[in-house]
Amino acid sequence: MWIAYKTIVVKEILRFSRIWVQTIFPPIITTSLYLLIFGGLMGERIGPMQGVDYLHFIIPGIILMTVIQNAYANTVSSFFLAKFNHSIEELLISPVSYWVILLGYVSGGVARGFSVGLGVFIAVSFFVDLSIYSIGIVLITFLLTAVLFSLAGFINAVFAQSFDDISIVPTFILMPMTYLGGMFYSIEILPEFWQMLSKFNPIYYMVDSFRMGFLGSSTTDFITSMMVLTSMIILLAVVAFYLLKRGVNIKT
Amino acid sequence: MPNALQISKLTKTYANNVQALSQVDLSVEQGDFFALLGSNGAGKTTMIGIICSLLNKTFGSVSVMGLDQATELNQVKRMIGLMPQEFNFNPFEPIEEILINQAGYYGIDRHQAKARAELLLKRIELWDKRTDMAKSLSGGMKRRLMLARALMHEPKILILDEPSAGVDVEIRRSMWDFLKELNNEGMTIILTTHYLEEAESLCRNIAILDKGQVIEQSSMKALLAKVSQQVLILESGKSLPNPLPMLSFSVERLDDHSMQVVLDKLSISNALETLGKEGIEIEHVRSAQNRLETLFLRLTSRED
Repeated sequence: MWIAYKTIVVKEILRFSRIWVQTIFPPIITTSLYLLIFGGLMGERIGPMQGVDYLHFIIPGIILMTVIQNAYANTVSSFFLAKFNHSIEELLISPVSYWVILLGYVSGGVARGFSVGLGVFIAVSFFVDLSIYSIGIVLITFLLTAVLFSLAGFINAVFAQSFDDISIVPTFILMPMTYLGGMFYSIEILPEFWQMLSKFNPIYYMVDSFRMGFLGSSTTDFITSMMVLTSMIILLAVVAFYLLKRGVNIKT
Repeated sequence: MPNALQISKLTKTYANNVQALSQVDLSVEQGDFFALLGSNGAGKTTMIGIICSLLNKTFGSVSVMGLDQATELNQVKRMIGLMPQEFNFNPFEPIEEILINQAGYYGIDRHQAKARAELLLKRIELWDKRTDMAKSLSGGMKRRLMLARALMHEPKILILDEPSAGVDVEIRRSMWDFLKELNNEGMTIILTTHYLEEAESLCRNIAILDKGQVIEQSSMKALLAKVSQQVLILESGKSLPNPLPMLSFSVERLDDHSMQVVLDKLSISNALETLGKEGIEIEHVRSAQNRLETLFLRLTSRED
């Protein structure tokens, strides 16, 4: 099983590495633009947030946004394409268990999230003096976030019947949730009602914990954030496994 | 010794209520070269899909080398190599990677898989293209790639769904030689094909599937013996009389130098002797129809 798992992961890493111009490079450019415009040009006018200048405040959120988008994009496109060109049959006829298939695809998503996140971090380091409060919190939050959105991308790919179906969720659900999850602002500046509503958005907990890893301050309890993320991962993993085992949209 | 494949009462009804297979019983002995014939929509690909775990069955049982698919699925999967009808690989992957990955899914480490991929790619004459993306291969090359992929984990049973579709004559012959070689080494091969000549020249046993049911299963020899009728084209160096004389067998003038005769029980030599007595000298004799094709059409009631 270990060889099969390793094979899927290596295949996934080679897949997104071969097309690095589409997968790795664009987020680094986009992020640099975000930092230049929001952090550099507008940041001084906005002023400090959560006790730090605006540029340092938004960096963790922007890195995590690229992790979310890329982890999701990797599994949704890879698994949907495998369905589309029927290469998923290579796995279905082989004795690889469904857990290993799921774990392999999710690991591929995590690997892309990590590659892009690290690329953005390195790019940002050229312009901004970055310090990390807790590398442990940064890594654990990154890992849970990447796993969660890789699973979400996988579920999207199972249900997707066309290329449109793999772009609807990222555009109409993922993007608004990311932007409203406190990436560009601290939820403390929102009216009470919107603060409460923000707490139903799982991305808020990820951004908040990730920011804590960098800045050492947060607006919610770290343990609560981890519990929210872990619960969601368990839920999505069970759903993804069930769909795969039942062969939904894969086997008739 | 258990059968390589044993299917009992296999039934498949799709969600749209189309019944693709109905109570199918089929057995294939170990070491056999077995043909599964049937027209489009007869249920061949559905049957293969169920055997290879790509489709869920509605009812019935499948056992491979004595192992029940329902209870020992992973072991059953290891026994089977599949070359499907449709291309089902990632066209954006290099072909050597496709083979190595497939071996990896069966637990074969990369080093071993690389050696096996080299052996197979050389055998199917694709070694020079090992780093090319699969999408750049021709249709025939893609089929050979799928054959090599099916053999990466050294299966006991090789299932080929229309292996010769889109493959030119020369490559087809070389593929046949390779398949015969594998069969001689003890591999059980199950083949579906539209080229009835392929089934006739390669397979020892045969089943004919029609509308989801097995309507005939026997040895190729016994099946062909049922076809006593022969349709021949006879060619003469001289112009044939027009009209042709009345003979004891059916004869039809095709052109100035050739005619078609249908022989039921009469031997070719007797027919030639009869024609000779009428002053018609025949220089060339060839078969007008594949015997298996004749029988297939008769059994599936599509002969006019």
